[in-house]
Amino acid sequence: MSTPSIQFDRRSFLKVTATTGGGMMLGLSWAASAAEISEAPFMEAMTFNAFVKISPEGVITIMSPNPECGQNIKTAMPMLVAEELDCDWSKVVVEQAGLDSNKYTRQVAGGSGSTPASWKPLRTAGATARQMLISAAAKRWNVSASECSTSNGVVLHTASGKKATYGELATEAAKMEVPKDVVLKAVKDFKIIGQSHKAVDNKKIFTGKQEFGLDFKREGMLIGVVARPPAFGMKIKSVNDSRTKAMPGIKQVVRFGNKVAVLGSSTWEVLKGRERLAIEWEVDTKLESSADHDAKMAELLTKPLEKPQRKDGDALAQFEGAHKVIESKFEAPFLPHAPMEPMNFFADVREDKAELIGPTQNPGSARRAAAQALGIAEDKVSVMMTRMGGGFGRRLNADFAAEAAEVSKLAKAPVKLMWTREDDMTGGIYRPACHYLYRAALDAQGNVKAIHVRGAGLNVGNPLRENNFPAGAIEHYLAEGHNQPSNITTGPWRAPVHNFLAFAEQSFLDEIAEATGKDPVQLRLDWLAQAEKSPVGSVPYKIDRFRNTIELAAKKANWGKAPAGVFQGFSAYFSFNTYVAQVVEVTLEAGQPKIKRMVCAVDCGVVINPEHAINQIEGGLVDGLGHAMFSNMTFKDGVPDQTNYDTYRVIKMGDTPPVEVYFVENELDPTGLGEPALPPLSAAVGNAIFKATGIRLRKQPFSLNGLRNV
Amino acid sequence: MAEFTLKVNGTKYKVEAAADTPLLWILRDHLGLTGSKYGCGIGQCGACTVHINGESMRSCALPVSAVGKAGVITIEGLSKTGEHPVQQAWHEVDVPQCGYCQAGQIMSAAALLKKNPTPSDADINSAMSGNICRCGTYNRIREAIHVAAKKVKS
Ligand code: FES
Ligand code: FES
Repeated sequence: MSTPSIQFDRRSFLKVTATTGGGMMLGLSWAASAAEISEAPFMEAMTFNAFVKISPEGVITIMSPNPECGQNIKTAMPMLVAEELDCDWSKVVVEQAGLDSNKYTRQVAGGSGSTPASWKPLRTAGATARQMLISAAAKRWNVSASECSTSNGVVLHTASGKKATYGELATEAAKMEVPKDVVLKAVKDFKIIGQSHKAVDNKKIFTGKQEFGLDFKREGMLIGVVARPPAFGMKIKSVNDSRTKAMPGIKQVVRFGNKVAVLGSSTWEVLKGRERLAIEWEVDTKLESSADHDAKMAELLTKPLEKPQRKDGDALAQFEGAHKVIESKFEAPFLPHAPMEPMNFFADVREDKAELIGPTQNPGSARRAAAQALGIAEDKVSVMMTRMGGGFGRRLNADFAAEAAEVSKLAKAPVKLMWTREDDMTGGIYRPACHYLYRAALDAQGNVKAIHVRGAGLNVGNPLRENNFPAGAIEHYLAEGHNQPSNITTGPWRAPVHNFLAFAEQSFLDEIAEATGKDPVQLRLDWLAQAEKSPVGSVPYKIDRFRNTIELAAKKANWGKAPAGVFQGFSAYFSFNTYVAQVVEVTLEAGQPKIKRMVCAVDCGVVINPEHAINQIEGGLVDGLGHAMFSNMTFKDGVPDQTNYDTYRVIKMGDTPPVEVYFVENELDPTGLGEPALPPLSAAVGNAIFKATGIRLRKQPFSLNGLRNV
Repeated sequence: MAEFTLKVNGTKYKVEAAADTPLLWILRDHLGLTGSKYGCGIGQCGACTVHINGESMRSCALPVSAVGKAGVITIEGLSKTGEHPVQQAWHEVDVPQCGYCQAGQIMSAAALLKKNPTPSDADINSAMSGNICRCGTYNRIREAIHVAAKKVKS
């Protein structure tokens, strides 16, 4: 047997303690076997604030308030607290907090915002608890607090040589006055932040003990599946459930709105029961097909918008007198999120309260939606988050939580509703389909005088991020975005709008470079210099940070110096306050492009947990590549054509090239990482494929362009 | 409904279920072994991977009636406390993002290493081609399999 890679001392072998908050805390120790774990109940942990509890044995429990969907926030947030608390990270136990709007703010996994929003508050919580521990020690030793210091979970008084562990001080310290203006550490003094620490739930994940939403179980709970309209735009005409009710294991069939829930004691039985439902559906609104969608978006691209999202100078006049105009159109399909764990939620609705448990990126909106569906006040609804098997934005919506609440209410029983993969893929809330038109007006010297972007998307809201670079560098800039309502439901999908807009924009910049004979990296640097010297309109990106990131990617990838037979593509994008630049390398094998290497430079300020940050960025690139290459969601008469992983192709291991990640080093406040690495990738791929083959890819997925593989 | 006797992780269980119930739901609903995950139900994602007679199998596509006397090992039974070299390697490389696919990935990797203790990248890509990771941790999985292979060797 190999030696465990991490060891904890005896004191950290806690198994299950019932500390305040009622959460079960599981042992951290990799090496601990059940027999080694103390059965003795632990003493009550002292609560310092919403984030910190310390037991007299010295166990430090840090609450992680935000939902965990794979961004490893459950490790990062407690690191922020532990840094300023100045404790031994290996002795920290992390506990997932439930939704509690009195204690916590922004309990959301979305908008790449968890880390930036918690950067100061969580460190302050740690520093505050540390100050209270110091005060308690000073009082005990009758010395001035200013003479005391801390190190690794111990308060020290150097002059007298006295020391006490946080555990020894916990009971007194928790009663000390809460200090107001605590001083936070300087970046250079960080000991925990900036070091790679393993994910706190690793062991549970690797041994099958980690509970996800679908694993949740409660005595007496019914398992349910729901029959939903087979096409967008349909509704129920009639339901005959007699055959279902006659099936073994079926406990109840309940109709709610345009859906029918089948409830029973086991998954297989309810799945078979659902098959026996005889439901007649009828057209409610309109049955839309992808061909209609494409035609509508193409039509909108010919139409000006009365109130453009951005208008610098007079772009249209520039096009009138242009020496040369380049113009391209780009297309992206609807996409399901397809997280590995399909939607599900548990609800136990009683007369005057409701308990919800499950995987949600936004527990606050789950509470709101459930309260609304049940017609009760929000404070009667509790929400506990389980770990999520992926989110990608799908779990920001609350439809599945509200559904569970509704069904539990009707069934008068605790219910866990599960979606099959088919339910999940065909049940709506997609990345909106979008088309873009890009145009550039050139003068006789090849200078870009004007850029015009026009977008059209289905249920997209604004299909543009109109202040994107190179806006700010171009004198005449026009951005118009159309929204086309559709009955195909949409929602945020990892880096909403950016995820496809970046492809169109960054591919088009490559086309401009090609048409004007400029190097794509140099073109961007020149425009940044222009935006620095004479900015046009609003410039939300920081020139120097963008420039540093672009230069770092170019340097690390040896931009422009690739060996013969290796073709490079470049892309750079600013979103969620994070700067990303990427180089993708492609070779040709039997005439087919093969992606060999993906290099990514990122400026996200201070990096909290480097290994997890890299993992997140790698995931963003792989995700970006997979969807650009393979993934497609189409409709015929309102019915989704793709229903499961057999017809909906996602990226696999063999499609995944090596990824290199580099950070711009600085001491700036951290910005988000969950999303920004994804948007630029597909353009870097497309631009590299153009270099290799001369084929310009403007439609996703690329597999539609006759490319067999990568 | 029929009664089936199953041997899972070395323990014998008697379960009452319809003969066509996939092993996955027997494990999860009847035996409370929720480490094997549901991802697709049609043998396409690998989240439900278990070992049957040492071979990796998709438990979602295997009716309980077809299991017979074969011994089933799930992620819960791969090792006593997570000391299998593959589990250790997964920790060293800090593989997961959401973690949902990882039990299946680990089971497929463990089965691969049993057959081929020194797999090449190409061997790994092909053996793992039935395991989807929607979070895109493939490069880490591949690296962790190499790390585990070294552990097995030493
Ligand atoms: S759930 Fe069995 S292969 Fe996907
Ligand atoms: S880690 Fe999320 S699906 Fe693999």
